[in-house]
Amino acid sequence: MTLLRHLAAAVVAGAVIWAASVQLNAFRDFQMAEIAVYVVAIAGLSVLIGLSGQISLGHGAFMAVGAYTTALLMMHLNWAWWAVFPASAAVAAAGGAVVGLAAARLHGPYLAGATLLLAVALPSLANQFPGVFGGDQGLSVTVLAPASLGAAFPQTRWLAWICALAALITLVVLANLARSRVGRDWRAIRDDPVAAALAGLNVAWLRVLAFIVSAACAGLAGAMLAVTTSLVSPGSFTLSLSIALLAGAVLGGLGTLLGALWGGLVIVLVPTYVTDVATSHGLSGGVAANVPIAAYGVVLIVVMLVFPYGIQGGLRRLATRFLPTPPARIGTPGRLPSADDDKGPDSPYRRPPVGEHQEEGTS
Amino acid sequence: MNSSHRLRLPVVAAAVTASLVAAGCGSGSGGSSGGAAQSVPGITKTQILIGSHQPLTGPAAPGYSEIAPAANAYFQYVNAHGGIYGRKIKYTYLDDGYDPSKTVSVVHQLVLQDNVFAIFNGLGTPTHLAVVKYLNASKVPDVFIASGCDCWDNPTTYPYSFGWQLDYVREGKILGAYIKQHFAGKKVGYFFQNDEFGQDGVKGLDMEIPHAQVVSRQSYVPTNVNVGPAVAALKASGAQVVVSFSIPAFTALLKLTAGKLGWNPSYVVSDVGSDPTTLAGLLVAFAKKAGATVSGNALTQGIITDGYLPAWGSTSNSWIALFKKVHDTYDAKAPLDGNVLYGEAVAYAFVQAMFKAGKNPTRAGLVKAIAGGLPQGPVVAPYDYSATDHGGIMGAYMGVIRSGVIVQQGPVWTTDTTPTGAVTTFTGSQPAAPASGMP
Repeated sequence: MTLLRHLAAAVVAGAVIWAASVQLNAFRDFQMAEIAVYVVAIAGLSVLIGLSGQISLGHGAFMAVGAYTTALLMMHLNWAWWAVFPASAAVAAAGGAVVGLAAARLHGPYLAGATLLLAVALPSLANQFPGVFGGDQGLSVTVLAPASLGAAFPQTRWLAWICALAALITLVVLANLARSRVGRDWRAIRDDPVAAALAGLNVAWLRVLAFIVSAACAGLAGAMLAVTTSLVSPGSFTLSLSIALLAGAVLGGLGTLLGALWGGLVIVLVPTYVTDVATSHGLSGGVAANVPIAAYGVVLIVVMLVFPYGIQGGLRRLATRFLPTPPARIGTPGRLPSADDDKGPDSPYRRPPVGEHQEEGTS
Repeated sequence: MNSSHRLRLPVVAAAVTASLVAAGCGSGSGGSSGGAAQSVPGITKTQILIGSHQPLTGPAAPGYSEIAPAANAYFQYVNAHGGIYGRKIKYTYLDDGYDPSKTVSVVHQLVLQDNVFAIFNGLGTPTHLAVVKYLNASKVPDVFIASGCDCWDNPTTYPYSFGWQLDYVREGKILGAYIKQHFAGKKVGYFFQNDEFGQDGVKGLDMEIPHAQVVSRQSYVPTNVNVGPAVAALKASGAQVVVSFSIPAFTALLKLTAGKLGWNPSYVVSDVGSDPTTLAGLLVAFAKKAGATVSGNALTQGIITDGYLPAWGSTSNSWIALFKKVHDTYDAKAPLDGNVLYGEAVAYAFVQAMFKAGKNPTRAGLVKAIAGGLPQGPVVAPYDYSATDHGGIMGAYMGVIRSGVIVQQGPVWTTDTTPTGAVTTFTGSQPAAPASGMP
């Protein structure tokens, strides 16, 4: 039943995206593909942080794993994109399993530090082995629209389609996973690992599993990024990418899939939009160049002040305030925070006890 | 997962629709402006629109972010003096932060949404490699790329791309020829950036310097500022001359680290990492961080380098006078350094090419005009442009830094990128700048 509902939602969203992609110009199609990349990566990170209560500052590294897998498979084995996407997700998932094994032993700032190391170190491997990974220049990836669509078919529309398809499939899978027993177990270990262990849950394994799922999403996003930008090079997977993903997840609303959509939109559209505004108002080069970064910071601050649960959490909150039937029913497991319950002593969203930093911001 | 719990059709549909509306509203009118069937993208009766990707923020921004405003300053000068056959140049340069994925994004925006006529002076090897195939597949002229990689010189694969600056292989050969001549029999050590820039440079050096003379080859990666081990190894090898293919920050680190070890070899540094103004600033800043006070100009004194543009110090040069005038009128806040000179000179070359492309320029017409050869202009050696060569400047002079300015030593040398091509003295002379300042 849940699966059917999610599938139906995905089909409707797919139809809307298809209609929009045909209407919009080629550059907007390209941006749709970019948004899809970030939605997938952020959704995976959001599951890791929001559901299992672990943090990662290294998701850019998993994206790099997926992207390089894509480039190598396409270059050496000529695989098609539909085979490469799941393969890249699988390779990144394997990487996630290894990192997850270490991560399950670490908490809070130690986990953040360890994953940070990954984000910094892994992409520079490409420079160490230029023969395999093409060094600083990277490897090129080409995905062309099928000839049956005609020669005049915009390549960017094809990119938008395949990326949107991958994103919708990912969201349906994640939505079902979160609804499943695994999702409930994750919430249990997030809220109180000791109680969860006493109840018979294998806390360590659940943590590793969350890392695997999350890394698979990042790997898929990396594959999509490789296809979208047609190049895989270490310069694309900087620390700032990992931070941007985390910021996107927090901005959108941790633990919510729609939040990932908001996060992706903000990351892709805010800089472009602000640059357009800044240049059309004739700001000088040096100022105009830094305005997007400043605007991004302002958005981050405003969202955190006005919507501490991210955009999605904020929208829910507005809905509970202004709509006659609040969509969040009290007492449902995994319900959303509403205006009154964030400080209540029984709230599952209460501040975590001191020393459990990894649970900060999980509500 | 809170939302999944009640993920409903209307919610998802509304959210997706809202997001697409947001995407659609992003910037408006640009998309449909290329409407008329026969029109050339980016060209109207009054304007030529060109675009670029530049590192205006991020790690490569210091220094390099001066280039595009300097180029724009020269375009403004041209616009104020009648434009190109009456059309004014509008130069839109977008920030890519030296991140190749962002380069792809901004170049798509320039080509698909802003409908630029050409991409001009896109900066950086890894960044531009991300878009070179796309630009050629879309038949967008990709002219005067701001990178010395000889990879752009490939008319079969990249018919629409043109390099401009002296490529690193040629530069390596010229530096190598100088060392062979002036440091015969001395022990030579290499210090180079471990990417295409440094490796191409070393390739060129090896074509000229006898292998037995090279006693140590040390590389660095730009993300690791600890050059101590590399410099110690160079010192231990007994090198008397250090050739450095490094960016300015690492030239400064090399110099300071060697100084700390009490080692004082002769330095031969690539044009990329030897701009005296930039270098002096960095030396002072780095030394200050380590708690020492140094004089930048004293430390750069005696560094041997090469140059393919006249130096700011040659005040009698007509090109320097022109570029100084443009700088003072349109870009006065920028320092008078190598980046600003570079930006103005490459802009001049573009204006030359546009005049050559004629009164009704087309994209193919611009490519044909450049491939037909460009007059020398502000650079000290001729261009190699032809149907089979899209490289750019063919040579440079050698110089020594004295009191913060590069002083030319000897003639201009030209060469090619092959191992057998000789380094020869350029016998022609540089034409004077036109009095109007317009090509």
